[in-house]
Amino acid sequence: MKIQSNSEYCLGCGLCRIYCAAAHDGYNGSVIRAFKKGTPQARAGLIEHQQQSWINTCRHCQDAPCINACITGALQKNNEGIVFIDGQRCVGCLTCVMVCPFGHIQPSLDFSRAVKCDLCRDLAEAPVCVSHCPNGALRLIEEV
Amino acid sequence: MSLSMLTPAFTVERNQDRCIGCGVCVKQCGNSVHHKDEDGFMWVIDKNCVGCHRCAVLCPTQALAIKEFPAALRPNSYWSTSSLREIYAQAETGGVLLTGMGNPRPFRSYFDHLLLNASQVTNPSIDPLREPMELGTYLGSQVSSLGEREKPLLKLDMPIMFSAMSYGAVSLNVQKSLARAAREKGTFWNTGEGGLHSDLQEYAASTIVQVASGRFGVNPDYLNQAAAVEIKIGQGAKPGIGGHLPGEKVSADVARTRMIPAWSDAISPAPHHDVYSIEDLAQLIETLKVATNFEKPISVKVAAVHNISAIASGMVRAGADIVAIDGFRGATGAAPMRIRDNIGIPIEIAIAQVDQRMRDEGIRDQASLVAAGGIRNSADVVKILALGADAVYIGTAALIALGCHLCHTCFTGRCNWGIATTEAQLSKRLNPELGAVRAANLLQAWEHEIKEMMGGMGINAVDSLRGNRLMLKGIGLEQHELDLLGITAAGY
Repeated sequence: MKIQSNSEYCLGCGLCRIYCAAAHDGYNGSVIRAFKKGTPQARAGLIEHQQQSWINTCRHCQDAPCINACITGALQKNNEGIVFIDGQRCVGCLTCVMVCPFGHIQPSLDFSRAVKCDLCRDLAEAPVCVSHCPNGALRLIEEV
Repeated sequence: MSLSMLTPAFTVERNQDRCIGCGVCVKQCGNSVHHKDEDGFMWVIDKNCVGCHRCAVLCPTQALAIKEFPAALRPNSYWSTSSLREIYAQAETGGVLLTGMGNPRPFRSYFDHLLLNASQVTNPSIDPLREPMELGTYLGSQVSSLGEREKPLLKLDMPIMFSAMSYGAVSLNVQKSLARAAREKGTFWNTGEGGLHSDLQEYAASTIVQVASGRFGVNPDYLNQAAAVEIKIGQGAKPGIGGHLPGEKVSADVARTRMIPAWSDAISPAPHHDVYSIEDLAQLIETLKVATNFEKPISVKVAAVHNISAIASGMVRAGADIVAIDGFRGATGAAPMRIRDNIGIPIEIAIAQVDQRMRDEGIRDQASLVAAGGIRNSADVVKILALGADAVYIGTAALIALGCHLCHTCFTGRCNWGIATTEAQLSKRLNPELGAVRAANLLQAWEHEIKEMMGGMGINAVDSLRGNRLMLKGIGLEQHELDLLGITAAGY
């Protein structure tokens, strides 16, 4: 599974990143609480180039370099194919940040650990970037 | 001119307790209302705001409220604030006031003075969830004699079609949305006068193509691939005047579809230069019938104006299979404000009068009657059918379903909702996949509601509703208005 971004309809509004940040780190999706009280961090990036824009997020690679490079086994793939970071195991060495071929994985704001897209695996519904995209430019697809 | 006396029409209020400074408003506003400095300070230019609500709808924390600018002029029931604003604008520019969409003035809406009937005791009402309910209808001439070739008919699964909106006036994504929705729901969309884009040819069987005074994009393939051909004589928003698509909207793609040079003004003359009489109209209708091998119904669309019943009678005698009448609430992408706000008559009265005239003259079966201009909801549809229409065109309602917030500035080509624009960066804001679902949902919702209302009246087919004025009663209307509508007052 991964998120496919259709630049034909991506407006570059960045709402995907805002809702992404509010969905993680315990903010439970509340944008106001996340941004007014906390230090939210979006898992995805937005690339804008020549009036085109698209989301830069994890491809959830089949043979993921980040998993192979992780020194503590924090990076794992679950049976749905979602590549995620086990926060308990991550020691913040940031090797994964360096090996990710798409520049997706980022250090956390305090550089204590790495953060990446987990396709909102804790939520029952679709990833928040997909469900909040105002123009249907993001889709969750099965293929890798 | 140094000083503008115009105060802003709207003011943008930002609730700082809610604003997170994300800048979505800045990116989404095509009118440069919202700004964000490098240090994060956010500020607005109120006078640029047209009240389209794009920023307020997309704001993730609902921090924005668009309000009427509190310019408290001394109250004056004659010289309204808008009267003053219009004069200030004209004193500054010396130009004709332009506007978009339909007539907003507080003229009486007859729809709001009509009440529907329901069955009680003496006849049974019908539950549309348990019993079949027929909303399908056929448009075209229902007259044929033995040995004569069968006349072509349009089969509609519901008596609602999408109004003519041309590519150029609206974005291609609007047409894609409506075309998909029309095909899915078994009804028709209308190209307007701007030709049929190559991307939309797959929807040709659900398409009514228009032949207007500019003849843009008209060729034998265009006529023959469509389900029906419509001659546009007039439009409810601007009866008596033509159209003018400014050159800056005529992109290469629009130009190709319209078969005109790119970036040139696309001017539709006020009259068809080959139609100066009913006889001329008969010739054009015959020409189009011959060009389409008598296989397509020919519709003629006019604006509802004075003496409309005589005009419609002439159109039927000229051979029109469908008479489409556009009331004075009909919308447009651009029209002079004085024309839009002061010309035409209400569609309710026009349909009632035309239906009666055609019945009186014994020609009602020669043509179908389509009502357009200001149909806001399914109750309006039921009422206009009961007044005599066979089907309706919806334009404004369809655009609202796609996101239009009726800011009336379509003519600027800067539509923030990606509707009335051909600019790539703006028109991409309407994803036709989502648009088609929204437009189809609207049709589906109205379909359910119409069935409920018909069932309540004990009517199980839309054919039994057409012209069934016994189902209507007037409330708060004068006797002459009741007479014009051909109904009696509530209580009778």
